[in-house]
Amino acid sequence: MKKLTKQQKSNLITLAMVVCFYLICEIFIRTGLMSSHLKGLLVPLTYYAIAAVGLNLCVGILGELSLGHAGFMCIGAFSSSIFSVMTRDALPTVPRFILAFIIGVAMTALLGFLIGIPVLRLNGDYLAIVTLAFGEIIKNILNAVYMGVDDKGLHLSLKDAASMGLDASTGKKIINGAMGITGTPSDSNFTIAIIILLVSLIIVQNLVQSRDGRAIMSIRDNRIAAESTGINVTKYKMLAFTISAAIAGAAGVLFSHNISTLTAQGIYFGYNASIMLLVYVVLGGIGNIRGSVIAAMILYVLPELLRGMDKYRMLIYSIVLIVMMLFNWSPKAIEFRQNHLSKFSKRFRKEAAR
Amino acid sequence: MSLLEVNDLNISFGGLHAVHNFNISIERGDLYGLIGPNGAGKTTVFNLLTGVYSPDEGRIILDGRDITNLKPIDKNKAGIARTFQNIRLFKDLSVKDNVKVGLHNIYPYSALSAILRTPAYHKAEKQMDERAMELLEVFDLAGEADTMSSNLPYGKQRKLEIARALATNPKLLLLDEPAAGMNPNETAELMDTIRFIRENFNITILLIEHDMKLVSGICERLTVLNFGQILAKGDTKEVLSNPEVIKAYIGED
Ligand SMILES: Nc1ncnc2c1ncn2[C@@H]1O[C@H](COP(=O)(O)OP(=O)(O)OP(=O)(O)O)[C@@H](O)[C@H]1O
Ligand SMILES: [Mg+2]
Repeated sequence: MKKLTKQQKSNLITLAMVVCFYLICEIFIRTGLMSSHLKGLLVPLTYYAIAAVGLNLCVGILGELSLGHAGFMCIGAFSSSIFSVMTRDALPTVPRFILAFIIGVAMTALLGFLIGIPVLRLNGDYLAIVTLAFGEIIKNILNAVYMGVDDKGLHLSLKDAASMGLDASTGKKIINGAMGITGTPSDSNFTIAIIILLVSLIIVQNLVQSRDGRAIMSIRDNRIAAESTGINVTKYKMLAFTISAAIAGAAGVLFSHNISTLTAQGIYFGYNASIMLLVYVVLGGIGNIRGSVIAAMILYVLPELLRGMDKYRMLIYSIVLIVMMLFNWSPKAIEFRQNHLSKFSKRFRKEAAR
Repeated sequence: MSLLEVNDLNISFGGLHAVHNFNISIERGDLYGLIGPNGAGKTTVFNLLTGVYSPDEGRIILDGRDITNLKPIDKNKAGIARTFQNIRLFKDLSVKDNVKVGLHNIYPYSALSAILRTPAYHKAEKQMDERAMELLEVFDLAGEADTMSSNLPYGKQRKLEIARALATNPKLLLLDEPAAGMNPNETAELMDTIRFIRENFNITILLIEHDMKLVSGICERLTVLNFGQILAKGDTKEVLSNPEVIKAYIGED
């Protein structure tokens, strides 16, 4: 076998970690050791890990702050749900979900691209402001929109369900204003979510270690030098941001196909949700893809598990945040980790060489 | 025909006429020096040549082609590469990856090939690795290929910047104070390296430098800038013995 570089090894470890996590969970589920509460968290924690990986591509690799990734999840969730609800009776499950997934991701990529065109030409923190506004606008529009379909075609209204003028017999409501979309088939499950997480990881990791990834990171490190070295700054910013948005959209597809009623609520798709994703990325380590996965999983599950300890829940959550931050960012901890881990891997290598 | 032909280049920043009627003509294979006291406008000339600023007036002709108003990326593609006075490396990339960014346009493959790890990806990456190591070898940096570039000592960071610029395969290489912050030993070594690349890379070099030993040691011709205007130009020896030039330098110190 060819010798793997350090980076390639690290990539494989990340993928192996996710697979191990999946297998362990499956064993617990099969043997009945996992509570149904915990089981219900598996899909969400996986889609939040996916969204965090996407966001890290934007924040950590490209070096642009986005405060609208929950908005991208929202686009993915709604566009795929609309398709699934409309074709619920017409298509079998597998092709329906595949098409819904493609539509959700494509719509999100398109919107990411369109937002990127004006914003990414500018240098400065404009992206943060624009994405923040974008997320809120999307959420508010989706809260106000009524959409239905009958034999005459698609009907839209911003007032109420009645003003859509749906045919009474053949009409079908799809988006019911703030009540959202009901009846999205629950096509996503833990296995599918893990597969999509693995695919997202492979895409991001392979991209990072390629000429395009180096171009993206060179812009992050020094835009002027990158330009003078022949790097097309706008193109690579667009590429990274669009892929980043698309991955968040994929997380959104899993989101909407995992719940029966999809509403554009602030806690799921507002700026606070975007900031929660950012917390996952920052605490997992900016630019550290594996860290995003771990942080998202821990930080999503933890408050859920602590629900029983009402009083201390937020206290414990904050302590964990602080500990993770210290672990990832304090120079002493980094030093310790490097020494510790390198010793460990050296020993491991020696053992393997025997 | 000369490689670089600059006619009456002008730029002002507000009321400051930073570069005033700048002319230069550099022949293929020249090792040309641009000198002058602090604030004379030398770096501004580089910024004009590389498209960081666009001139208020004047023309820049490279190899017979008018490149006056091209953007930095297109100036690079046209054949100009540079280093920076205040080092601008890609600090969170390894030494080798810094050079590989320089090779970006030379071994292209698509993002899809990268994600799918197609044979095209592996082939191009292998060529890039080989070329990058060759270049690092020239600058005695091969041993540090996997070091994070920000962890290199200062002198080596300057060399790495030159290696990265060379990787883009330029016709004209602009070096902005390549010896700044180097000790005399390092400077002597750098002089050898600059001579070596001029000889072996079939390249033309224009450099800004304050170190007169380096300038008189390797530059064949000089242009002296003072307050944005050309004070003198010609053979290195003649220029350096020009009383006006000596006065400008002494007046500054
Ligand atoms: N972007 C800018 N805006 C305003 N003034 C500028 C700008 N760039 C350069 N200048 C001014 O132009 C003049 C020339 O600057 P420049 O950096 O070209 O000098 P230099 O010859 O490279 O000096 P040094 O030897 O110190 O590097 C200086 O007075 C500087 O302050
Ligand atoms: Mg200067």
